[in-house]
Amino acid sequence: MADHSLSRGARTEPRWVRWILTTVALLFLALFLVVPLAAVFSQALDKGVAVYFAALHETDALSSIRLTLLTALVAVPLNLVFGVVAAWAIAKFSFPGKSFLITLIDLPFSVSPVVSGLIYVLIFGLQGWLGPWLTEHGVKILFAVPGIILATIFVTFPFVARELIPLMEAQGKDEEEAALVLGATGLQTFFRVTFPNIRWGIIYGVILCNARAMGEFGAVSVVSGHIRGSTNTIPLQVEILYNEYNYAAAFAVASLLALLAVVTLIVKSVVEWKLKQA
Amino acid sequence: MIKRLIAGSIMIFTLVSVTPPSHAAGITLLNVSYDPTRELYQDVNAQFARYWKGKSGEDVIIRQSHGGSGKQARSVIDGLEADVVTLGLALDIDAISEKGLIAPGWQKRLPHNSSPYTSTIVFLVRKGNPKKIRDWDDLVKPGVSVITPNPKTGGNPRWAYLAAWGYVLKKKGGNEAQAREFITRLYKNVPVLDSGARGSLTTFAQRGVGDVLLAWENEAFLAVTELGRDKFETVIPSISILAEPSVAVVDRNVTRRGTRAVAQAYLEYLYTPEGQEIAAKHHYRPRMEKIALQYADQFPKVKLFTIDELFGGWKAAQKKHFDDGGIFDQIYLPGK
Repeated sequence: MADHSLSRGARTEPRWVRWILTTVALLFLALFLVVPLAAVFSQALDKGVAVYFAALHETDALSSIRLTLLTALVAVPLNLVFGVVAAWAIAKFSFPGKSFLITLIDLPFSVSPVVSGLIYVLIFGLQGWLGPWLTEHGVKILFAVPGIILATIFVTFPFVARELIPLMEAQGKDEEEAALVLGATGLQTFFRVTFPNIRWGIIYGVILCNARAMGEFGAVSVVSGHIRGSTNTIPLQVEILYNEYNYAAAFAVASLLALLAVVTLIVKSVVEWKLKQA
Repeated sequence: MIKRLIAGSIMIFTLVSVTPPSHAAGITLLNVSYDPTRELYQDVNAQFARYWKGKSGEDVIIRQSHGGSGKQARSVIDGLEADVVTLGLALDIDAISEKGLIAPGWQKRLPHNSSPYTSTIVFLVRKGNPKKIRDWDDLVKPGVSVITPNPKTGGNPRWAYLAAWGYVLKKKGGNEAQAREFITRLYKNVPVLDSGARGSLTTFAQRGVGDVLLAWENEAFLAVTELGRDKFETVIPSISILAEPSVAVVDRNVTRRGTRAVAQAYLEYLYTPEGQEIAAKHHYRPRMEKIALQYADQFPKVKLFTIDELFGGWKAAQKKHFDDGGIFDQIYLPGK
């Protein structure tokens, strides 16, 4: 009875208003998500499946895929460790400068990616602070793989921590305190109490972090140098192919990123569902 | 969960490390170039590698990097390890030279002011030329929409701007004030300034904006052949500017990498009959008389003036027209 009145109370609008709102939402979704996604794949397969796979098998395309995977493989685990540690410190302890630390973590969100890239040019560039010394000693950072990885780490810095902080704050510290009182060490508390509580949150953060690491364009474009077959990631390779009127190949390579987005969405919904259950 | 994560990472890592590196051992050169030369140097690189193998027995792989000319020069200044630069205008190589990476007087080291091929600015219009665009005068008519990139960031738009300016001085015998008035009207007809030549071409060809594109001669031909003869045609103005894209060996980088000999040979190859022929095939005007005659019908006769002749060289032109507060800044007011 109570249930019945609640569901009626939640739907006070007349039927036609509800229908319009739902239709608008669905149309919006189709226009901004489904149509572009379909366009990418139809363009990619425009000249046939053979052309599609040839485009992905081309030397420069393979090299961009390899570089993108390598970048994500270095950036994501580092940001995972950092994010968990930072979130743990922020959510479970209080210390002076805590809000300053939160601001620092958020910094990459508020800085334009181009500026993020330029920071590294200023530091490691030949006219920058460390550039001349590094060149003298034969260390290449800017316009090479290390620079791309550094820029990616910077840009994807906040994802894991930002995901975990609210979750851990909501969980409170009761369970940890109980563990400590029962004689567990700090590490034991973390691995046996805190970690199981946040593992779905971690996975959620890692997916988002990974999607951004693979898809980042602005910052990477600034530090890459655009050397073909060497310092182009997938997004940069897409731009190059597109500028060369190689539309089928450009969309074929772009479809990899689109696929990544689809996989990300699916994993994300599964994780959200699990989070709700936990 | 953790185990699965680790297993996943290991899988990805093996995938990354097992795929063979794309380039085997041998000398590598990096050619840092500007936007429209992608197709040209893809050809040159393959031919030169064959030539060098025959001559010295060494394998050489030439890597390419392309972008707006000024931006590319900036990257080399910031440490992009170019062995050779092949840029849109001498000024950009001067900028690298000023930072000490290229010895002063680089322009005298190779024939023809270190520019192995030339080009010029022509008009690309839509099929049938619906706005009846024949010459520079037609560009300033009301209702004509002109697409050209921002002269502050690209090489091609600076040449285009100077070509229009020179048209008033040279063809119509006008004075500076008239040229300035002409340029002001011209840029009033420009609805959007992209940052580079390729961006503008995309705006014009893909997005269908504008009636006429001020394009490099080779870009215009490329657009017609790649994107469809049924969509575009080129219009050659009565007079235009002789654009001299420059090339240079980056001294500091080749000294450190020990690649001077092959880098020098690479640039000299551009001046050989083979190199000149590749340039002509890609619609760059060759310097060599013989090749120029051979491809004569590909390059319509057009009166060309040089930048030294009308503007006193790049440094003077840059300072007067394109530096902050220069004439371009004074005449171009977005949205007006």
